[in-house]
Amino acid sequence: MSAPAKQRLVVIGNGMAGCRAVQEVLKRDPDRYEIAIFGAEPRVNYDRIMLSPVLAGEKAFADIVINDEAWYRDNGIALHTGRAALAIDRQTRVVRAEGGLEVGYDRLLLAVGSDPIRLPLPGADLAGVVTFRDLDDVEAMVAAAARPGARAVVIGGGLLGIEAAYGLVRRGMAATVVHLMDVLMERQLDASASFLLADALAARGVETVLDAQSEEIVGEDGRVAGLRLKDGRVLPCDLLVMAVGIRPNTALAKAAGLDVARGVVVDDGMVTSDPSILAVGECVEHRGQCYGLVAPIWEMCRAVGGTLTDQDAAYAGSVLSTRLKVSGVDVFSAGKFSGGEGCEDIVFRDAGRGVYKRVVLEAGRVAGAVLFGDAADGAWYFDLMRSGADVADIRETLIFGQSVTEGLRGLDPSAAVAAMADQTEVCGCNGVCKGAITGAIVSQGLMTLEDVRAVTKASASCGSCTPLVEKLLKLTLGESFQAQTGPKPVCGCTHRGHDETRQRIVAEGLKSIPAVMQALEWTTADGCASCRPALNYYLLCAWPGDYRDDRQSRFINERAHANIQKDGTFSVVPRMWGGMTSAAELRAIADVVDKFEIPAVKVTGGQRIDLLGVQKDDLPAVWADLNAAGMVSGHAYAKGLRTVKTCVGSDWCRFGTQDSTGLGIRLEKFMWGSWTPAKVKLGVSGCPRNCAEATCKDIGVVCVDSGYEIHIGGAAGLHIQGTELLTKVATEEEAVWTVCAVTQFYRENAWYLERIYKWMPRIGLGAIRAEVEDPERRRALHDRFAYSQRFSRIDPWAERVAGRDSHEFNPLSRRLEFAPV
Amino acid sequence: MNAHVLDPTTWTDVGAVTDIPLRGARRVPSPRGAVAIFRTGDGEVFALRDACPHKGGPLSQGIVHGRAVACPLHNWSIDLATGEPMGADRGKGCAPVIALQVREGRLLLGEA
Ligand code: SRM
Ligand SMILES: Cc1cc2nc3c(=O)[nH]c(=O)nc-3n(C[C@H](O)[C@H](O)[C@H](O)COP(=O)(O)OP(=O)(O)OC[C@H]3O[C@@H](n4cnc5c(N)ncnc54)[C@H](O)[C@@H]3O)c2cc1C
Ligand code: SF4
Ligand code: FES
Repeated sequence: MSAPAKQRLVVIGNGMAGCRAVQEVLKRDPDRYEIAIFGAEPRVNYDRIMLSPVLAGEKAFADIVINDEAWYRDNGIALHTGRAALAIDRQTRVVRAEGGLEVGYDRLLLAVGSDPIRLPLPGADLAGVVTFRDLDDVEAMVAAAARPGARAVVIGGGLLGIEAAYGLVRRGMAATVVHLMDVLMERQLDASASFLLADALAARGVETVLDAQSEEIVGEDGRVAGLRLKDGRVLPCDLLVMAVGIRPNTALAKAAGLDVARGVVVDDGMVTSDPSILAVGECVEHRGQCYGLVAPIWEMCRAVGGTLTDQDAAYAGSVLSTRLKVSGVDVFSAGKFSGGEGCEDIVFRDAGRGVYKRVVLEAGRVAGAVLFGDAADGAWYFDLMRSGADVADIRETLIFGQSVTEGLRGLDPSAAVAAMADQTEVCGCNGVCKGAITGAIVSQGLMTLEDVRAVTKASASCGSCTPLVEKLLKLTLGESFQAQTGPKPVCGCTHRGHDETRQRIVAEGLKSIPAVMQALEWTTADGCASCRPALNYYLLCAWPGDYRDDRQSRFINERAHANIQKDGTFSVVPRMWGGMTSAAELRAIADVVDKFEIPAVKVTGGQRIDLLGVQKDDLPAVWADLNAAGMVSGHAYAKGLRTVKTCVGSDWCRFGTQDSTGLGIRLEKFMWGSWTPAKVKLGVSGCPRNCAEATCKDIGVVCVDSGYEIHIGGAAGLHIQGTELLTKVATEEEAVWTVCAVTQFYRENAWYLERIYKWMPRIGLGAIRAEVEDPERRRALHDRFAYSQRFSRIDPWAERVAGRDSHEFNPLSRRLEFAPV
Repeated sequence: MNAHVLDPTTWTDVGAVTDIPLRGARRVPSPRGAVAIFRTGDGEVFALRDACPHKGGPLSQGIVHGRAVACPLHNWSIDLATGEPMGADRGKGCAPVIALQVREGRLLLGEA
């Protein structure tokens, strides 16, 4: 009896999916099919994901071959390399390939992967513009890198772009990644992890330019010479890699009349709209989803193997996880990484080791994780996530990873802590084990968290283990333990107080909000509406001219440079230096009021005029008119210098001892635009009758015959409080120096939102006096203030009139015709 | 993405996701009051009617933090996914959720 004729299986695509699918078939039924594979690439099947290490020179092509020629031969597979399939005739069941070759099939498997997207930028067809997909691309990049001094620009800050840039740097090139978004790998990482990644890449020589839109590829003699960004910057380069995404290869399927959406549409058995044709890999769309990673492809291949051997097989979609393949940079991401209703974020930072971990829980189950710097537990979180395991009972120790948590499962939180082995590490930052802590509590009679911190250093750094240490105290001491508080934390996102935060920003040279959050081990991913404005101010104060203001961390008034009113309109208060105005200014104000139909005009308690009820969209136009008449923002909205109230002084008043109006104007003109922890109001009175109410201002100057009294710490709002006399000086010059010095001391020293009248009693009037009465310290403070003012004395209105932040003032789109639901 | 009660039949393109700054919001005016579209630090987008359940404050002007916005008028925290006040003000009304879709980087608002 002769063996029944074998069925013919033709596979188009000799890549990761095609060959793995064949392996899955052979595993189940090695004799069923006569197999032919078409591959457009002129080589055997290799591990595409390892092209990154090949590019980096860490591996050779031979190391990444998955199936060598012997494999095809031993399994009787006819391999047609370097031959792209050109057409499928579903009527006659024939595949036609390059070179006129035609092969008939009983079952056909499409595994044609995807194509890298080429941005249609001007210059995209220049020599030296490449994508990153196959070995030919790698060889082109390696060749370009061989030229001494060659530079590369990679468009795209996703996994592929970063790996390309890293590989090129390893090959001796200078490489810059240009990314459209302000977060690297934004589908996988949050802003905190992206910040750390950018840092780690910089340390490895890969530069990143975020928030950058590519406009044109600049050429020279037909070769790429640089990339021009929309903001006008040109990044010179000899090689330009586009790594901006992939598009499933659907041309063959479409031409053959198969159902195609974004990819070739398949059912759970991986069968296309033609029952004899299957598809697998990046070219498919399954349940509306396309994939660009291998893990789901392996799962699809199992289903293909089943379907092709008549076994039950169903692919149900995949949950994804990502790891970055850059040596020494441990990055893992899976699932969702942002909280939401019923979600809980557990964040752990270890500044010493550069670790950031964020696990998102949803309804008591792991819904996602982002790990940076230590991704050892990635697989464990991923398993917990996929299995949907209830983790309520290991919530306390979850963030410390598998080794700490294992064995504690099933116990209630206190029992779990009690059951922890003595050698289990509790404080990762300082390497303190449970036994050391409980031992110290007992032997040294420790009673408080502070005691434990002082003696063992546990919980003294990032504080993430504080709840655990408190539990240990409670367990060891029983009822006698009382939770204790240290200095008032900035907010619920941290255990750090304001002073420590400010000091470390300066001492450690921290220059961005994510940098502070990492170094000070914030316990939330991106802070809150309390800490972000505070950090933004602290950074601005510490690094004048250097720090880029984070507008999204500012309250609306400071973002829009006007005060929001109860109906959502805004008020506009121009400066009136020292309360002086003129006919021209008043006329301009009147014209603006008429032109924009501003409903209310009011004289404020601060000696100037408030225009109330301005529509937000009108603000830039209103400001433009006021600017044209020489007026600038009065910062009536700012945690910054507000008004300088004056009286008429020696110019007119029969009691005036000095030119109080002139001094007020001089102070305001020097100090306007400065940002301060809370608002600062000044008053200058020409004599002790004090008509400018200087002694209830933050800083008040009272002129007397012999000179100037400088008072501070007054208030007349929620609290009525007279000032204290700080010091007395003889000349106007010294009065200005002293006022600036005390302002700078306050700027550098106070907590955010703490006005001078609260700051002064906290640190003591004597301490402030010591600063401003010492000529050298006074001079240094004054000079630092003056330096900072070089970057602050800029009218924010004029900047907005010139177009800055225009999205703030324009609605996203024209008015809709319908009411959205 | 927002959960919505009504299933819109038409979708209108109102701009690109990247037109909204991360941790920011933009307004879209409409006949029945403006819609606020928010983008979180993690890049998620949400749409709510631009009126705080407390006293109608324009939520689009608030500080976006995590998956919430702090109302600019009296600092209630509003959950972007549900429009409901969080914390102590939970249960005191809500800002209606507006149907929003992202397709190929574009923001689409739904019309019933
Ligand atoms: C417009 C004005 C009232 C007026 O019609 O005169 C005013 C209006 C507001 N004041 Fe005031 N204050 C105004 C002079 C004052 C004064 C009088 C003064 O400056 O001589 C005081 C008492 C002096 C003081 O500051 O100690 C004053 C003490 C306050 C306080 C209490 C501050 C405190 O620490 O005790 C607040 C609340 C706050 O800041 O948290 C406040 C807050 C406000 C806010 C910003 C409320 C808010 O958050 O929206 C109001 C903004 C309205 C707007 O959109 O313009 N306003 N406010 C005055 C503007 C002055 C200016 O030209 O810039
Ligand atoms: C540099 C790089 C790094 C990566 N790193 C990772 C990673 O770390 N983790 C991860 O999960 N994924 C990674 N990926 C993605 C992963 O490689 C892909 O998801 C996977 O290779 C897709 O498999 P596939 O078989 O669908 O497509 P491919 O592997 O691309 O195979 C398709 C094959 O079909 C051929 N072909 C196309 N059209 C025809 C035709 N008409 N006739 C004949 N042959 C044709 C192509 O030439 C190609 O060889 C990486 C990809 C790259 C490029
Ligand atoms: S006193 Fe109260 S109501 Fe009047 S402006 Fe000041 S904050 Fe507003
Ligand atoms: S109106 Fe939003 S908090 Fe009051």
